[in-house]
This record gives sequence, structure tokens and C-alpha cells, in this order.
Amino acid sequence: MGQAIAFYTLAAFILGFAVLVVSTKDTVHSVLFLVLDFLFVAALYVLLGAPFLAAIQVLVYAGGIVVLYLFVVMLVNLKRPPEAHQDPHRRTKLGFGLAVAVLLELGAIATYGMTRTGSPLVVPGTNGPLPGNTEQVGWLLYTSYLIPFEIASMLLLVAMIGAIVLAKREL
Amino acid sequence: MIDQFVIPLLKIVVVLNATLLGVTYMVLLERKVIAWAQSRLGPMRVGPYGILQPIADAVKLVIKEDITPVRADKWVFTAAPIISMVPALIVYAVIPFGPTIHLFGRPVSLYIADVNVGLLYIVSVASVGVYGIILAGYASNSKYPLLASLRASAQLISYEVAVTLTLVSVILMARSLSMVSIVNAQYNAGVWFAFVQPVAFVIFFIGGLAETNRAPFDLPEAEQELTGGFHTEYSGMRFALFFLAEYANMIVVSSVATTLFFGGWLRPFPNVAALHVLDVIPSWMWFLIKSFVFLYIFIWVRATLPRYRYDQLMRIGWKLLIPLAIANLVVTGIVKVLIA
Repeated sequence: MGQAIAFYTLAAFILGFAVLVVSTKDTVHSVLFLVLDFLFVAALYVLLGAPFLAAIQVLVYAGGIVVLYLFVVMLVNLKRPPEAHQDPHRRTKLGFGLAVAVLLELGAIATYGMTRTGSPLVVPGTNGPLPGNTEQVGWLLYTSYLIPFEIASMLLLVAMIGAIVLAKREL
Repeated sequence: MIDQFVIPLLKIVVVLNATLLGVTYMVLLERKVIAWAQSRLGPMRVGPYGILQPIADAVKLVIKEDITPVRADKWVFTAAPIISMVPALIVYAVIPFGPTIHLFGRPVSLYIADVNVGLLYIVSVASVGVYGIILAGYASNSKYPLLASLRASAQLISYEVAVTLTLVSVILMARSLSMVSIVNAQYNAGVWFAFVQPVAFVIFFIGGLAETNRAPFDLPEAEQELTGGFHTEYSGMRFALFFLAEYANMIVVSSVATTLFFGGWLRPFPNVAALHVLDVIPSWMWFLIKSFVFLYIFIWVRATLPRYRYDQLMRIGWKLLIPLAIANLVVTGIVKVLIA
């Protein structure tokens, strides 16, 4: 009961701030609402019993990536709205299509999630589940999800080198 | 009921009040120590040897006129000091001041919470504190504060990387992210981690100076260039909040350095039975003594070293500290694997 109340309260805040992010005129305010949104998502992770993920969410998203957003918004002149495209409804159509895709995806996850129940992760060679959340994430990253993990690392490295090449024309 | 709500609430009240009182007296200590370093007396008027000066300062700051610039972004201008203050205070939730002791026949742990991602919690909360500075500069709608806040946020983001990397090598030593387990690991190892990880400690301390905007890295507040820094447009209590946040962050860095590298609440040589006499000083006193030494070094450094130039600051961060921290991490990992 208590958990349900906490979940719906957090969910209401998350949705509310998400709406404010896209509806606010001032870009800096909108970025700030995004930070609040991320903080509430982190609270949701705590509620789900994933403190490691919550801390990472705050560290990487709220504390890292959005600071960069803020830099861009503060330093780039955003006074003038971007040029309207030839077809005024192009954005609306695109947005509608994306929304449908996301809804379908969420539905698929929900139905898939109903069919299987989570079981504690058991490490081969030891008895019983791993003691903590952090250990479980670490174990999964370096065993079952090693290749996706390495691909993500490569992608970040490529992005970093790309940024350096763009920023420093003559090396 | 009592164990679940009353005792944690009492602990929070005690820790918050002690921190705020400690912060006001840090200011007095700083003025005194710098005065002594410069052959002056420092504040002497309010109370004997000026010990009531912090109270007079607090009263002055509260009754001063609170000005919001006309062109300022009002909401963000109001929120910025709060955003800097809150992270500086909620970090104390996971700092262990001592082990579990018995008080009135009831076990009481001398920390508010021992979460198993304690260190990560500190790093992530501290990373949110940057917003206070960026937004203060932006919302003031004034040139110098904006420049100062850009400087400050670039500095904080750069040094955060080096500091976090040194923390990873400590985590490798302790095999845990929980602050209490890290202290216990030092007890079991029989040695404070500062002696096993000297490089990590030095990088952590330099990074800590930079992250709290302290001399010699106090460029965001360089009066000569920026007329005061990101809080130029703030007055009265709102200015005081930035000030409090800076000093509260200094206490956080000192406490974290004590916990990670100097055995937290442990007495020197915790495993040597011959030194049991040292146990007359309670564990939390050891913690406070060690933290106080770090706070003194903060002030000492400020009285001694001149300020770096901005390009020098960035070069130290990116070309010296970060590579050193990565090398230290790799060496720690290799040694751990070879020993195990």
C-alpha cells in the first residue's frame, strides 16, 4: 500500500515535470525541470530497490549530461525560434509517429514483463544470490552483457575523439 | 518506533546543527589563522578574543537588505543559493562519525545511514551542487557573475573526474562502496589507506581544494578580475547561503578524506594492543580531530599559496591529475590481481 502511494506520487511528479520541460518557454527553465525530472526518476529507482542505479542516474544524468545541456543553452543564442519548415505539420506528424512507436514498445515490455517473474541472480560457482545491487550490476555487465558493454564503450570513445577533432581543427 | 523514527530524526537534528555551528566557527578560525599568518590579531572586539564574532556576523547577514536585481531571473535567482546549500548538507547522511556505541542501554550508530552505495551517493549529490553556481551566475543577468560561474562549472567538472577516479582505487582496496565498510576494511588491513594509496590521497586533496573553490584554485571568486565572483549580485541571507555552502563543502571534503584515507573513527594503529591507552579518547573524537587537521590545512594553504592562472588550473587538472589518477587506478588493479 505504502509502496503504491509512493510510486504514484513519484510518477505524477515525473510526468508533471516532463510536461513542464516541453511546455516552458524559457529554455533554461526547461532544462531545470529536466533535472528535477531526473531526480524523481532516481527516487523511483530507490523505490524499486536499485540504489546503485539511482546514484548513477543522479551522477550521470542530473549531474553530468544536463550540466552540458545548460552550457549549450546558456552560451548559444536561442532568442530566435528555429526556421519553420516548408511543411508546417511535418513536426507534428513526426512527433505523432514517434509517440505511437514508444507506446507500442511500452506495451510490448509490459506484456513481456507479465509473463516472467524475476528471480535473484545466482552466480555460478557460489551458492546463493550476490549480496548487493552493485555487485549484481557489475557481474551482469562483465558476463552476460559484456559485448553490448564493450560496444557502448567504443561508441563513447569514438564520440570523444570526434569531439576533439571537431574542436581542434589543427592538431 | 523509536529506533525507526525518533533516533534518526534526533541524529539528523544534531548533525545539521553541529555542521552549521561548525561552519560559522570555521569562518572565525579562518580569519584568525590567516591573521596570525600575517602577524595580525584578527577579530578581537566581540567577546574575549573575538569568539562571539560568528554570532555577530550571522545577525548582520540576516538583517541586511535583501536585493534582487531588476533584470534578474527571479525564480532561478532565488533557487540558486538553495540549490548550492542543500547538497552540501544532505551529504552528511552517509558520513560515519563513529561505530555503533551503547547509549542509555540502547545500541546507537554514530552515522545517519549506512547505504551500500555511500561513496557513490556523496559523489552524485556533490555533482548536483554545481547547478547552484551555474544558475547564480546566469540568473544574476550580469557580466562578471556569468563569467565566474562558467569558470567555476568548468573547474568543478574537470576536477570531479580526477577525484572520482581516485575514489575508484579506494573502492578497489576496500571492496565496498559503503563508508562504514571502508573504515572497517582499514581496520582489518591494519593500515590507513593513505599509506597504501598516497598518490590517490594527494590527488583527492588537490581535487578537493579545487572542488570547494578554495585557494589556490579560488578563481571563481577572484576579486581582482571578477569583482567578487558568481555571487556578486547577492546580498544578505542569500549571500550567506553560498558562503555556508562553501564551508560546509570544506567540512565534507575533510570528513571524506578522513574516512577514506585516514581510518575514519579508528585510533592510530587500531590493531596494536599495546596502544589501548589511546582508547580513552572516544572514537568520534578521533574522527573530529582528524577532520579538524584537514580543515586547518585548507586554511594554511590559503594563507600560503598564491592563486593559479586559469590555464594553469586546467593544465593541472587535465594533463597532470587525471592521467596520474588513471595510472594509479591501473597499478592498484594489477597489484590487487597479483596479490590475490
